[in-house]
Amino acid sequence: MATQSEAGAISAGTRRTTQMLLNQIFGPLLQILYFVIGSAVILGTIVIVLAFLLQGTRSDINLLQGTLIILPQVIVDSLVRGFLYAMIALGYTMVYGVLEFINFAHGEIFMVGAFVVAGFGLMLNSAGLLRDFPGILFVIIAVLLGAAVSGILAVSVERVAYRPLRNSPKLVLLISTIGMSLVLQDLVRIIATSTPLGFNARVLTPDLGSAIRLATLPNPGGRDINVIIDARSMIFIVASIVMLIFLNYLVNVTRVGKAMRAVAQDRPTASLMGINVNNIIALTFLVGGALGGAAGVLFGIRVQAINPYVGFLPGLKAFTAAVLGGIGNITGAMVGGIVLGFLEAFVASYLSLFTAGAFAGANYADIAAFSILIIILIFKPEGLLGEATVQKV
Amino acid sequence: MATSESKSPFAAGSNPSNPFLHGPALYALVTAYLVIVPSLAIGNMMSNPRPSLLGDILFLGLLGSFLLLHKAPLSPTYKGVAAAILLGAVLPYFGTFNQFYMDVMIQIAMFCVLATGLNVVVGFAGLLDLGYIAFYAVGAYTWAIVSTGQANNFIPGGHFPLGPEWFFVFLPITLLIGAIFGVLLGLPVLRLRGDYLAIVTLGFGEVIRVLLTNLDRPINITNGAQGIKGIGQPPLFLNPIFNAFGLNLNRAQTVQLHFYVLVAVILLTMLLVVYRLSVSRIGRAWTAIREDETAAIAMGVPLVRMKLLAFVTGASFAGAMGMVFAAKQTFVNPPTFDLIRSINILAMVILGGMGSIPGVLLGATLVTLLNLQILPRITSELEARTTLPAALDPAQYQRLIFGLMLVLMTIFRPQGLLPEERRNQELHGDTEVPSAVPDKPEAEPAPSSSTPTESGGTGA
Repeated sequence: MATQSEAGAISAGTRRTTQMLLNQIFGPLLQILYFVIGSAVILGTIVIVLAFLLQGTRSDINLLQGTLIILPQVIVDSLVRGFLYAMIALGYTMVYGVLEFINFAHGEIFMVGAFVVAGFGLMLNSAGLLRDFPGILFVIIAVLLGAAVSGILAVSVERVAYRPLRNSPKLVLLISTIGMSLVLQDLVRIIATSTPLGFNARVLTPDLGSAIRLATLPNPGGRDINVIIDARSMIFIVASIVMLIFLNYLVNVTRVGKAMRAVAQDRPTASLMGINVNNIIALTFLVGGALGGAAGVLFGIRVQAINPYVGFLPGLKAFTAAVLGGIGNITGAMVGGIVLGFLEAFVASYLSLFTAGAFAGANYADIAAFSILIIILIFKPEGLLGEATVQKV
Repeated sequence: MATSESKSPFAAGSNPSNPFLHGPALYALVTAYLVIVPSLAIGNMMSNPRPSLLGDILFLGLLGSFLLLHKAPLSPTYKGVAAAILLGAVLPYFGTFNQFYMDVMIQIAMFCVLATGLNVVVGFAGLLDLGYIAFYAVGAYTWAIVSTGQANNFIPGGHFPLGPEWFFVFLPITLLIGAIFGVLLGLPVLRLRGDYLAIVTLGFGEVIRVLLTNLDRPINITNGAQGIKGIGQPPLFLNPIFNAFGLNLNRAQTVQLHFYVLVAVILLTMLLVVYRLSVSRIGRAWTAIREDETAAIAMGVPLVRMKLLAFVTGASFAGAMGMVFAAKQTFVNPPTFDLIRSINILAMVILGGMGSIPGVLLGATLVTLLNLQILPRITSELEARTTLPAALDPAQYQRLIFGLMLVLMTIFRPQGLLPEERRNQELHGDTEVPSAVPDKPEAEPAPSSSTPTESGGTGA
């Protein structure tokens, strides 16, 4: 009987049309696109209206013009932050979907990815190959390498520190993840300080190309507005989109993905259906960790200076993003990351402009992110795309 | 410590596996320890007041006498008197010889207060609070701002700095401010499930730290990243008593002795409050919430109010202790209150045993000793014998050590070193749970008899 139903499922699977396939892979990306456009339009309108209202408060500069000039740059920055949080948030949300706990060590998995690219760059440099290395190839190798290292690390952490505690109270498991996060931070610190990398490691890369001018907008009040995107941000955005497509394919189309969704939905029943739950959980950590590691590599390439504690804050914010989108929901994590990235970049860029420098925007962006977390949890704890869950007794 | 002992199961006192160690022989042995170790420690101090390896070991032995008193099956009166003599006379006298040991003792007591407060939140009510240090920071900054000229920046009138006599006015005020912040954070977030609560409190702790770093503009409230220095110390109100005893102390010793008395009084008050709460109706409600929220609601436990009470109890004592900390250090800056401190306190609670008051005191003592004494001592001993690269200095491995401690404790001994009775059975006794089911008559006497022997066995 079991074989019969399985055969039925397979034949139903093979009968999927190309359109359905495309829908399953690109549907979530379309949703992200809606949220990108929506966030950009809404936040852009808000800052322009604010600039218009506050026009008289600054005598030294033209506030409206200043707002418009930096707007395209802010949107690019928002996209980079958004995709960064989206990729890390996926790791949180996938683990939460399967095991229902917050993996605090995920931020450190991301940080390890950044150190992998730093180490890779350093090795190439000491071999004298770095200068002539093709940029695209460097990025691809580094991302694959970082994803592999971080993914394997995430699986081993699960095996060592979380699996023995799977049936313990959740509080105990949570404490173990916090401990693991500290252990990873210090292990990386020890490795980094005892190698030529050093505590504040520089990420050496080959020449990745110069900034690209996307468009020039006419500005009636003064000089034209150039929409410029630097090469590193461009790489970040493109690579993230490629990886999100891959993830959607893996989760929505393949058999393994179906098993993952089944385990997330109902672990005991999934195991009754012949799914090896332990393997699927390990796979979840592998995929989540690999995405986190790849995000770390891209982050390292973009910011070019890292230390063993860089994973903490992005990890925390990515968790916020996962909650914002509805924890356990994969599309939700991507959307939440994008929305959070936009909100944060706008606060970081415009707060000090609007308050005449009284508040340093970059610092208050963190506060904005956590306030969003608290507000979302109070008013809509199921998140933007999540479904309200009823606690079962 | 003595207060929490009065209902200890050991009071009835027999350890059948060890017939020699009870009755008069045990009393003689413990008394001998309590006389010999302190006299050795003080004698060593008299001959060589500088910190040394021998001094460290004797100091540990001195602190270990509390553990001995807790574990040994002695009468509560004996324990109470012995603990009072140790706390009231032996330790302060020992501390007058060496400022370093005195400072360690004061810090141990301060962390005992913090760990006991966090234990109310994490151990009793089962709410994981990762931003606990924020309440401590709020208390510390309150006193730092009013006891220096900092407050003049935003409160007109030039009443500041306040003199030392205001210290005791602000002690209850910081208690209250801690409580208010506890309510402010607690009201919105306590409806959340446990793991969400952890991340929100973590975020709250970071927000407070970022605010402290950035509130030097537009109005200079916290003086930003430079921190506030020159914080006022409490009045030296005990001087007449010291003079009456004929103690000849210098200024630093007097100040330290005052802080010793202050933190000891706060710690004992807090232990009394927390112990009485834990055995009251409120304590049982906390346990019910920790074990099963849904069942607790069904039994009529006012969930949010009880959680809030746990939160506020922990937060208020942290606030008051923060003020004492600021006065003791005379300097505060934002990095003092970062996440690693919160995790440090959490490690104390986990190490000692969640929900167990003596356990948490032990955890706080061990972690503080590890931080202040054991790791630096190992470093200096290693440096004296080998040429050690600076990167391998054991004192720098705090994160690794605490991280490993958390992971290993949760995997191998989740009930902690000195576990609470109930949790011990719960975490270790999956096989014993059926004994509570009535359809197994032969297992019925097991719970009543197994309780004391089992926990006695863990100590042996």
